[in-house]
Amino acid sequence: MKFAVKKALSSSGARVGVLEVGSCPAPIETPALLLATRKGLPHFISPELLPSLPSPDSNLLQVSPLHFLEGLSTTTISKIGGLHQMLGLKQHGIAAVPRDSIQCLPESKAATRLGASFETPCGRLLIKPKDYIEMISCMKPNIWASLADEVPAWVSEKRNKTSVDRTLRWLDDCISLYPAAGSIFGAIVGGTSLEERKRCAEEVAKRNVSGYWIGGFGLGEGIDERPALLREVMDILPDEKPRLTCGLGLPEEILQGIAAGIDLFDSTYIYSLTLGGFALTFSLDKSGEQHNLQSDQIGSDSTKINLRATAYRKDMSPILENCTCYTCQNHTKAYINHLLNVHEMLAQTLLEIHNTHHYLRFFHVIRAAIQDGSFEEFRQAFLESRREHFKGEAIST
Amino acid sequence: MKFLLLCLLSQILGRFNRARAAQLTLPHFVCQTPLFMPVGTQGTIKGLTNNELERIGCQIILGNTYHLALRPTFELLEEAGGLHNFMNWPRAMLTDSGGFQMVSLLHLADITEEGVTFQSPVDGKLMLLTPEESIHIHNRIRADIIMALDDVVKTTITGPRIKEAMYRTLRWIHRCIAAHRRPHDQNLFGIVQGGLDPVLKDICVKSLVDCNLPGYAIGGLAGGEDKDSFWRVVAQCTAALPEDKPRYVMGVGYPLDIVVCSALGADMYDCVYPTRTTCFGTALIPERVLKLKHRAMADDTQPIDPTCPCMVCKNYIRTYIHCLVTKDAMGSQLLSSHNLYYMMRLSRNLHTSIVEGRFPKFVCDFLQTMFPKGDVLEWVCNAMEVAGIDISSCCAPFPSCQENYSSDEIGTNRFDKVNAYFGSSMYTRESFYSTR
Repeated sequence: MKFAVKKALSSSGARVGVLEVGSCPAPIETPALLLATRKGLPHFISPELLPSLPSPDSNLLQVSPLHFLEGLSTTTISKIGGLHQMLGLKQHGIAAVPRDSIQCLPESKAATRLGASFETPCGRLLIKPKDYIEMISCMKPNIWASLADEVPAWVSEKRNKTSVDRTLRWLDDCISLYPAAGSIFGAIVGGTSLEERKRCAEEVAKRNVSGYWIGGFGLGEGIDERPALLREVMDILPDEKPRLTCGLGLPEEILQGIAAGIDLFDSTYIYSLTLGGFALTFSLDKSGEQHNLQSDQIGSDSTKINLRATAYRKDMSPILENCTCYTCQNHTKAYINHLLNVHEMLAQTLLEIHNTHHYLRFFHVIRAAIQDGSFEEFRQAFLESRREHFKGEAIST
Repeated sequence: MKFLLLCLLSQILGRFNRARAAQLTLPHFVCQTPLFMPVGTQGTIKGLTNNELERIGCQIILGNTYHLALRPTFELLEEAGGLHNFMNWPRAMLTDSGGFQMVSLLHLADITEEGVTFQSPVDGKLMLLTPEESIHIHNRIRADIIMALDDVVKTTITGPRIKEAMYRTLRWIHRCIAAHRRPHDQNLFGIVQGGLDPVLKDICVKSLVDCNLPGYAIGGLAGGEDKDSFWRVVAQCTAALPEDKPRYVMGVGYPLDIVVCSALGADMYDCVYPTRTTCFGTALIPERVLKLKHRAMADDTQPIDPTCPCMVCKNYIRTYIHCLVTKDAMGSQLLSSHNLYYMMRLSRNLHTSIVEGRFPKFVCDFLQTMFPKGDVLEWVCNAMEVAGIDISSCCAPFPSCQENYSSDEIGTNRFDKVNAYFGSSMYTRESFYSTR
C-alpha cells in the first residue's frame, strides 16, 4: 500500500491524496468511501453489478473479519488463499475492521484486559489479539485496523483511560505477532476526552504503522464535540500517512471528518437508507448549494426521497434525471415503489446501487472542491442550504 | 369462428422421434425451445436484475395476472404501456390467468359458469373474474403469450367435478377468444384440462385444436400426482396436439421432468422451484441437488458445480455460499443466479442436442450423471420407451428398471417419494406448486 498527499489546504485539514492498493486497477483518490459489506460482498449489489459503479472509486471495501465466524473457518479461507480469492474480488482493495456498525458492535462492558468484546449474530464474542491476528493472516486484507477497545461517550474517565491502555497494548501485540499480510493501521481511541485522545495519538504515532484508524466515534458523542477531538488527534499524526475512520456516515459528518483531515471513511449510511426505502437525491452541485430542483417532492426533504410513499406509485421517471447509475438508467420510481410494496429483494438491490453511486459522486465533488481550493466555501454552502431547507420544512409543516 | 392472426412463428429446426427443437418468434424476442421460463410472479425474479437475467440466457419470463392485478394493478400497468415497459424487460413475457392461484391459494373461491368469485387478499372485497375480464387484464399487461382462464381442479380430486371443469374450460376458451382485443401482438394459448382421465383429456385436446390457437398448454399437472400418470398424460397430449404449434407443460419443474417431457414432445416449461428452493439453500447440479446448508458444505472448497460456467461457479466455492444461504440476501441472489443458469443451460443443451442429432446421447449422459448406480426411476424408463429413446446403457442390469429405494424411504404419501428422491423432508405439495 502506498499513500501520498497531493494537495493540502492551509485553511483546514482537508487534503486530497492518492492511495495505491495492490489489487486495485488504478490508484484511488482520497478522501474516499469504503463500501460496507456483509461477509465480504455488498449487502444487495450483486458482484456482476459492482463494475457498473464508478471505478476505481468503488473498489475499496470494508470487511469485518467477525462476519466469517459464522460458518466459515479461517483454515478454509487460508486454503483458498485469502479473502480476495474467496470473494472473487481480485481487483478490489479490502480493509479489515472488526466493527461494522450494523451487526458487529463493540460491547465495552464485556471487554477485558485480554480482548475486545463484540455483539455479533453469533452472540457476544471476546476477540483476543492472537485470534484476531490469525484471522488477518488467513484473510490477507490489504489494510487492517489493530484491535481496539472502543467505548461509548458516557463511560467513566477511568474506563476511558483503560480503553486507551488496552488499545495501545493490543496494538503492540498485533505488531509483534506480525501476520505478514497487509498494512496495519494503528487504532486510536480515547472517547470524548481531549487528553486521552491526545495521549493515544501520541503513542500510536510512535509505532511503526502504515496508517491510522480513528475509532470510538459514532458511539454517542455529539456532532459538535467531534471537531475538537478530531483536531486533537490530527495535530499529532504525521501528515504523510492515511487516516481511516468509521462511525461517520451522514454528509455533514463526512464533511466534518474531511475538514479535520480524514482520508478514508467506512459508513453504514447507505445501508440504513436502503433498508428504509430511501434514495439519495441531494444536489451534487460544485458550489455545494442544496436548493435543488426537486424540492417540491412530497415525502422528501430534498436530500432523499422515500420510495415507499404512495406519491411515487405512478411516477415513471428515474430517481434522478441525470444520474448515470444502473438503477436510474433502467428503472423508474414507480417500479421501485411496486417492488417495495410487494417486498421483493430487487428493491434493495436497485436502491443500494443508486445510493452508493450517488455518495461516491459526492466524494468526487468534494475532492474537486479541495483541488481548486474551494472546499471551505463548498462545505459552508452545503451545510447552510441544507439547514435552511430543514428549517423551511419545519415551519411549513 | 374468428380468424386468428398469428404473432407467433414456430420453426422446427430438429427432431428426434417425438422430441423437437424449434425457433419460436414472438413479438419481443426470438426463442429457442425446449425452453424453461423463470417465474417473476410480481414483476421481478428473486433479486436478479434484468441484465443478469439476460446474461443467464432467460428468454421468456412469467408474470401472474392475479398478483399483478392486486399490485401494482393493471390500470397502472396499462398507463405504463404494459408490463414490459414497467419492468423494462426487453425480451418475451408470458402471463398466466391466475385461475390456479385463486383456487390453490384461497379458501374462499367459488367457481360458476360466469367465472371465479374470490376474496381479494389485499382488501377482502369479493371479486369476480370472468374469462372476458381475465383476457382484458392480459390485454392491458401486453405480454407476448397469454393464458386462457381455465377451470382448474386439483389432480387429487376425482369424480364428476373433473368432467365439469373440462367442459367449462372449453366453453370459456370460446369466450376468451371472443374477448381478445390484441390477437395481432398477443398469443392466446388454450389449456388442456381433464385431470388424469385420458378420455376427458382427449376430448379437450380435440376441441382446443379446433379453435386453431397459436399454442397449447397442458394443465392440471404439477399438483402432486404420481409420476406414472404424469408422463402418460403428457405423452397423450403431445401426440394429439398439432406439430407446428408450441406445447407448454405448466408448472414443470424438476430438471428430470423437463428432460422426459421434452423427449415426449413438449417445448415450454415454467416452475417456481429453481428460485424458491434457494430459500432452503438448495442448488441444482447435474447429480440432482446440493444442500448448501448442510454442515458438510462448510469445508467444501469446490464450486457448486465444477462443470458450470456461470458467474457463481466461476467465482465462489461451496463453503462461502454455505455461510451465506438462509442468512443473507446475497446468498439467495447468488443461488438464484446459479439455479436459473442451470435451467437455461439445460434448455440450451436440450435444444442444441436435438438440432445436432445427438439427443439420445444427451439423455443418456444426463441420466447417468443423475443415477450413477444405474437406478433410473421406473417411470422414466417407461416414458423413454414411449419416446423411443434407448437408455439401456444408463440402467443397471436388472430385468426391468426398478425403483431402487429401501423400504424406509418409500412413504405412503406420494410426496414422501419426491422428498426421498430429492433428499429433503421439507417439501409439501402446497409449498412447491402453489404459486406460479
